Amino acid sequence: MSAELLNLSCSQLKAQIISKKTTSLQAVNAVLQAIEKIEPVVGAYISIFKEHAIAQAKNIDEKIASGKEIGLLAGVPIAVKDNMCTVFGATTCASGILKNFHAPYNASVVEKLIAADAVIIGKTNLDEFAMGSSTENSGLKKTVNPWDTNRVPGGSSGGSAAAVAARLCFGALGSDTGGSIRQPASLCGVVGLKPTYGRVSRYGLVAYGSSLDQIGPLTRTVQDAALFMNVIAGHDCKDSTSISQSIMPVPDYLDKLDEPVKPLKIGIVSQLNAGAESLVQKAINDSLELYKKLGAALVEVKMPHFDYAIAAYYMIATAEASSNLARYDGVHYGYRTADPKDYIEVYSKSRAEAFGQEVKRRIMLGTYVLSAGYYDAYYLKALKVRNLIRSDFVKAFENCDCLMMPVSPMTAFRIGEKTADPLQMYLADVYTIAANLAGIPAISIPCGFDDNNLPVGLQILAPAFTEDKLLRIARMHEVNTEFHLKKPKLIQ
Amino acid sequence: MSDLQYKVIVGLEIHVHLGTKTKMFCGCALEYGAVANSRVCPVCLGMPGSLPVMNQKAYEYAVMAGLALNCKIAEFTKWDRKNYYYPDLPKNYQISQYDLPLAENGFIEIPLEQGKTKRIRIRRAHLEEDAGKNIHVGSHSQIDLNRAGTPLLEIVTEPDMNSAQEVRALAVELQRIVRYLGVSEADMQKGHMRFEPNINLVITKNGQEYKTPIVEVKNLNSFRALERSIEYEIPRQLDNFVETTIVMGMGNKSTRGWDDVNQMTVLQREKEEAHDYRYFPEPDLVPVKLTEEKLNEIKSRMCELPLKKQLRFINEYGLSDYDAGVLTADKSTAEFFEAAVKTGADSKRICNLLTQTGLKIANEKGCGLHELGFTAQDICDLAKMVEAGQINSSAANIILEKMTQGDLGPRQIAEQMNLIQKSDAGEIEAV
Amino acid sequence: MAQNISKQDVQKVAKLGRLQLSDDEIEQFTGQLGSILEYVEKMNELDTSNVEPLAHCLPVNNIFRPDEINESLCSEKTLANAPDCEGEFFKVPKILDESSA
Repeated sequence: MSAELLNLSCSQLKAQIISKKTTSLQAVNAVLQAIEKIEPVVGAYISIFKEHAIAQAKNIDEKIASGKEIGLLAGVPIAVKDNMCTVFGATTCASGILKNFHAPYNASVVEKLIAADAVIIGKTNLDEFAMGSSTENSGLKKTVNPWDTNRVPGGSSGGSAAAVAARLCFGALGSDTGGSIRQPASLCGVVGLKPTYGRVSRYGLVAYGSSLDQIGPLTRTVQDAALFMNVIAGHDCKDSTSISQSIMPVPDYLDKLDEPVKPLKIGIVSQLNAGAESLVQKAINDSLELYKKLGAALVEVKMPHFDYAIAAYYMIATAEASSNLARYDGVHYGYRTADPKDYIEVYSKSRAEAFGQEVKRRIMLGTYVLSAGYYDAYYLKALKVRNLIRSDFVKAFENCDCLMMPVSPMTAFRIGEKTADPLQMYLADVYTIAANLAGIPAISIPCGFDDNNLPVGLQILAPAFTEDKLLRIARMHEVNTEFHLKKPKLIQ
Repeated sequence: MSDLQYKVIVGLEIHVHLGTKTKMFCGCALEYGAVANSRVCPVCLGMPGSLPVMNQKAYEYAVMAGLALNCKIAEFTKWDRKNYYYPDLPKNYQISQYDLPLAENGFIEIPLEQGKTKRIRIRRAHLEEDAGKNIHVGSHSQIDLNRAGTPLLEIVTEPDMNSAQEVRALAVELQRIVRYLGVSEADMQKGHMRFEPNINLVITKNGQEYKTPIVEVKNLNSFRALERSIEYEIPRQLDNFVETTIVMGMGNKSTRGWDDVNQMTVLQREKEEAHDYRYFPEPDLVPVKLTEEKLNEIKSRMCELPLKKQLRFINEYGLSDYDAGVLTADKSTAEFFEAAVKTGADSKRICNLLTQTGLKIANEKGCGLHELGFTAQDICDLAKMVEAGQINSSAANIILEKMTQGDLGPRQIAEQMNLIQKSDAGEIEAV
Repeated sequence: MAQNISKQDVQKVAKLGRLQLSDDEIEQFTGQLGSILEYVEKMNELDTSNVEPLAHCLPVNNIFRPDEINESLCSEKTLANAPDCEGEFFKVPKILDESSA
């Protein structure tokens, strides 16, 4: 019974709760039981709010019983990546430096989830400060891939992806700076959407690369992603970079979701797909065939500057990060070294002791590229390359409705396999990074499996602020395939 | 030393707190003297995940100040991060403006003696956020972040000033301007204005010019300290040159502080350390584009500026340079004076009444002329009584003093106090 | 313009970034940053002399808030996460160099 319940999508569960076929409390209890059983293996959560979630579920059930108006996520248990501030529990960013940090405010998206009557079950693991592609950089715990526990769940939203895949929640929020929603979604066989920059408020999202960061959902279905977008999208006066309703109205993402996009022109960059593992390529090609059958036309497009995205990204993201992470200094909050000999040591020792290697590496890189004498050659150059990449997209979208390509060149890799060489790890972000540089939306949807029964994700990229269309295109794939219904062995 | 001719060169960097109700990037109230760390929120504390949103009034105030300083107001301006670590700077970067300040290339006319003025060029003015305060207690330091995030206008002049008096005149004039505009209280006691002069000398010796290394004196918060620090630096730099013959060169700019007890500058940092602030565009804020329409709307809020008013008072009302300066020191006094003149009495007479008695009482009471309990019409009546010879001028001052103590008008007081002068001796005898 | 980052550069950057790194870390980062920067050099294959830098993808300007007071945090909440405090103040070891930057 509870296993069946856990297999429901958010939309299905919500319908059952509202129609009183089940209750939010039953759903929460089912999740808590699953957590008890499977979480020790998966390690998706940094914190779990058992009592809080039960109390919340009871409230919502009462609300429904008494016929009050109910929010869009009526009683659905969900998870939040632990780099979004909550007044309940800690907000750690999986870092030793914030291990005991209790935010005095809720992130705007958290407020929206609460207002939509979602039940927040817990906060999920991530690469420290969202810096990584495997969640191996978490300073607090290890998360594994539910499809193969010797493999990584991807990152940095690895905890959210693993929790959704392992049925430890019905959906989750992640954040995406260079692929951190899409890549773990791909590696864990779930849906992950990175919205357009400015579509979802960043207020309360602990910043990594401020001009690239964007919050989005990880869910089991495209429909759920649309449902989440209906909850979290929109302007926030606390975030100057969130777009106002008057400039870019927020549509109802569920409204025409089941209407296929016709005619549909899909842009393909052949030379790009060639860089992926052969079974990844095959899954992508199968998907393209499917779309063709559904009436889509494929057009070859050129993205002449795509190859430079990683270089530009690692300059811009680390430069911003070096400044964003300066505030973790042991003075006003967070970890402070035990016996500082002077106030300078409060800074330099606290930071050296509490930050992990990847975070230090990126702070070093970002500090270097902004420092006197190097700014023009690295940082400014990267901003110019960024403009070229954005122009590539603008031109490409003149000839097609969306682009399709892999999310990741490989399926989930083994834990420890890529930790020795940071550059090799960075290069794995090749397909995801450009969307962040250009600020456009992109989604990862399950589209196949490799020989090891590891999921493959298809990435669809669309012009800025066209998430509604992007979701419709993704939905066409979903209603004609069953990849999203497959479950990891671990929970069968 | 007597064979040395020298010229002082001073440029000034001034920080002015803008008089908004709230901070630059968050809604915390600006309140001087509040309990430490009680006017703070996630944004000005630099808490993880918080984001800044620009205070519209702060921007508009800065534009008004820029206009008053005859600057070119940028049609496009943006924010940058200035990165450095200091405990009173919660994010360890300051949101500031680097390559595109909101105002540039202006000038300020400063009043000198005998109605003369001098034009000092303004290099730039930009907006930034203030830091908090470090308080040093014994073996450790305390941090109060109430001030962190206060909107700050940084104004940089060209090195166009050549004496301590000129520097002081500029500082006083700037205070008068921002107060007239209502963009800052400019209260020195509350640290609303802070000055950093860059001082050096051009010395002529045996027909050759030598420039002494530039000294920057940090964080002066009174006109007196500003003036004294320059007066102190002149002979010190002169002596230093005679002794060492060191001239301005790469990296020998030094930083000094002001020791108020001993009335001297003290060395803080020998060589201008190569600061590496790693400026880059602030990704959390969007740029500001100023339309002509908006600029005109802001312009319409400007008032007549003090120096212009002062010169007009001299020309229009025949006041002395000194009196015009006193009456235009603040806007409400100037307006009160002008209102009284408009009712028809002699301007010089009104000026005398206000400067000799009115302002004295106002200063004692710590309030403005308009708050003393009499109207411009009352002053006019009083002045007319003097003109008509009904009272003499010393009686007028006594009456004015009485006027601040109750509701009686000048004539009633004069009658009550028996201060009405009889026009001829015969009448006196008859009484 | 292959610029191999030196150990001294790494030390300088660590100081700027307030990270007290061990000798091993300095050594390690010198190599790693070197190879990352070498990779990044590929940007120089592109002629960007006529390209504007793009710091932001957003099509917006002039986002302001009105000058209206919001409630501040109470000092209890403000100091709740402080590693050390004294009364209503954050507390740090004595700040000696007034102009450290």
